[in-house]
Amino acid sequence: MKTLIDYILHLADNSFINGHRLSEWCGHGPALEVDMALSNISLDELGAARSFYQYAASIEGNGKTEDSYPSFRDVREFRNVLLVELPNGNFADTMARSFYFDAFQFHFYTALQQSSDKQIAAIAEKSLKEVTYHLKFSSEWVVRLGDGTDESKQKMQTAINQFWEYTGELFSMSETEQDMLKQGIAIDVSLLKDDWEKTVADTLAEATLRYPMHIEGGWFQSGGKTGIHTEYMGFILAEVQYMQKTYPGCEW
Amino acid sequence: MITKQEIAVLLEQVFDPEVPVLTVQDLGIVRDIIIVNDEVEIVISPTYSGCPAMHMIAAQIKVELLSHGIEKVKVTEQLSPAWTTDWMTESGKQKLELYGIAPPQYKLNKLPGDKEVVPCPQCKSTNTQLVSQYGSTACKALYKCNQCLEPFDYFKCH
Ligand SMILES: [Zn+2]
Repeated sequence: MKTLIDYILHLADNSFINGHRLSEWCGHGPALEVDMALSNISLDELGAARSFYQYAASIEGNGKTEDSYPSFRDVREFRNVLLVELPNGNFADTMARSFYFDAFQFHFYTALQQSSDKQIAAIAEKSLKEVTYHLKFSSEWVVRLGDGTDESKQKMQTAINQFWEYTGELFSMSETEQDMLKQGIAIDVSLLKDDWEKTVADTLAEATLRYPMHIEGGWFQSGGKTGIHTEYMGFILAEVQYMQKTYPGCEW
Repeated sequence: MITKQEIAVLLEQVFDPEVPVLTVQDLGIVRDIIIVNDEVEIVISPTYSGCPAMHMIAAQIKVELLSHGIEKVKVTEQLSPAWTTDWMTESGKQKLELYGIAPPQYKLNKLPGDKEVVPCPQCKSTNTQLVSQYGSTACKALYKCNQCLEPFDYFKCH
């Protein structure tokens, strides 16, 4: 049961932290349409995170609610991949990070619909429809900026290169995932790599951008799935959790 | 003793707070009405995971039934099969268009691979253009009409 909760929290935290990062654009988007789009995508992600947190709470019992996990755990207990916690940077940076992650979630949820856990499969089915639009949005921006002006192209290429080393973790199996895979609950993320690479390569080709593999080599960052996060994670939680830590249990 | 049919009629009075011309029946989110003794359970499919209207809708359902003397009401969510705009009623789509929002134009299995043709709800021209995949809410995209030059929301196929 502990491993199952750990796996569900991994799914929840990915969406939660991604959604939080995107919400930081609210009021700061480069155009009103982009601002609204990022806020709506953020809401989708928070919605998916809530579904997973609620499910984790229902299994764990013990007075846990959907709020217990995002509000009261510390950095080392979060199970999200490093990619989603990285700062927004400029707009091209956020689009590169989103594009990598949306493409991953698209293939991931497609496969996760086959989970032997009915609730996980149902959340995957629901989220897949939303992520399909997220991927459309981020890939269109990668193409628009990549195949744009000299400056936008250079910024987009830099962003695509910069996040590359954080993509390897998406396809490496943690112990929790391996355990859950044996029960048919988790899926084997290492098998998604080819599909993901094809999605990425197709869009980058359309965007007239270089595929970054040759530049960055084969070394990847990892740690998020086991709670070893970047320095940014503490700052995210400081903002997310300060209200509940200052006034524990406060409601409105 | 109240029947399922009577409750279904009452639900025609519960509107989507974000798109106030549509009822929950028009949206096609009511999956089931279960009556056990004097307890009523309404099973709904959430439209979008993060849609803030869902809580409001659940609360409005309870208020509507309560105002007709039905006190024990439970609203539960069913995620699978995932809600789709295919479940929206034809009259709901007409109401949307009259309200100025272009209704979903395709069934999900008949979505064109490239560009969707979305007629302008004002002048009916099909000379329209996508401005953004996301409009005022996650369920809508933003379009503009090249004919009458009005911007408009399109309720996306989902
Ligand atoms: Zn028009």
